Amino acid sequence: MANLIPVAKSVGSNKIVPTISIPYPLGDPNTPKEEQWKLRYHRVGVALEALTADVKEQTVFSVKI
Amino acid sequence: MKKAILYINQFFGQIGGEEKADFPPEIREGLVGPAMELQKQLGDDIKVTHTIICGDNFMGSNTEEAVERILGFLEDKEFDIFFAGPAFRAGRYGSACGHIGKAVKEKFNVPVITSMNEENPGVEMFREHIYIFKGGASAAAMRKDIKKMADFGRRLLNGAELLSADEEGYFGRGIRRQVWLKEPVTAADRVIDMLLKKIHGEPFQTELPIPELDKVPIAEPIKDLSKAKIAMVTSGGIVPVDNPDRIQSASATRWGKYDVSNLERLEAGVFKTIHAGFDPAAANDDPNVIVPLDVMRAFEKEGKIGKVHDYFYSTVGTGTTQGEAARMGKEIVEDLKAAGVDGVILTST
Repeated sequence: MANLIPVAKSVGSNKIVPTISIPYPLGDPNTPKEEQWKLRYHRVGVALEALTADVKEQTVFSVKI
Repeated sequence: MKKAILYINQFFGQIGGEEKADFPPEIREGLVGPAMELQKQLGDDIKVTHTIICGDNFMGSNTEEAVERILGFLEDKEFDIFFAGPAFRAGRYGSACGHIGKAVKEKFNVPVITSMNEENPGVEMFREHIYIFKGGASAAAMRKDIKKMADFGRRLLNGAELLSADEEGYFGRGIRRQVWLKEPVTAADRVIDMLLKKIHGEPFQTELPIPELDKVPIAEPIKDLSKAKIAMVTSGGIVPVDNPDRIQSASATRWGKYDVSNLERLEAGVFKTIHAGFDPAAANDDPNVIVPLDVMRAFEKEGKIGKVHDYFYSTVGTGTTQGEAARMGKEIVEDLKAAGVDGVILTST
């Protein structure tokens, strides 16, 4: 899970899920706690699903929140 | 008087050619083969006291035994520096020089200098560990290659000011070091100079070469997530507030693992980030934004995943060299495998 997708690619990550920033990858402190939770729950969920995906090349998984 | 020891193979040790490549390691007092030229180039202040000879195949097929025997030879010897080769383009010889050089450096903590041609596979295998000078393709370059090794060794032992790998002529070890420029030119001026050169179509040298793409084999997908044990790993520097493993805030060489088996989430004041590369306020206020234990517990309760691994793993990914990062990654993977972890959520900052 990374904010700098090009860096994640260049170091060889095969399954990449975008995060929202460098200092707070999974929850913007300027938003309410519930909203941070939702975002984190969604994106980590995408990452868990990504672990089950049979990919043939480096893949960036899309997120909805 | 400083002392040096040289490692060479059976061919240069005048034992014989390919038919003698099984020759077991031997140490001789004094100078054999290339050791004479090395002594000549080192001058009077450094004495080559011994020459070690080992067959390339012996080292190749019985590496552990060969290294152990040679380290044994060295245990009662006094030496300030260790040389190996030069190995030119000879692959087995290069790899042998690397294996023994790395082991000697680790055990005796003396500088180790060798030389190989850029095509020698030993370069990529050992450049991080020892000084490998850029050498010729064949023994025709013997004198030139030995001179480079000797000159550098002498300067090293005399405490001379050392320049960058490129300027000295050895393969970069992946180490970054801050230096003051002799004629100070600020970064702003240097980057504009570079830009102007680029615009004028002139050659220029970047100060930050981007490493080539490092392809990693793709792991097998997890078949049944609901039975899988998932671990969290981060380069975001989340640690217990007292940072028990003293992980560095930048250019980290250490990592830690922390027990979360009894925790539902990472609380502020109990965990924090020691990463020096970003504003820590948000992560200190809620460490779960970097190590998402709280939602992992939710997925565990729902049965989406089998289990959250009892530990999370942490280091700092700013200024950290790729070499150190790769080493720490390998060490962490060993630990994860031993614990039967099936998958990892890696959060970077």
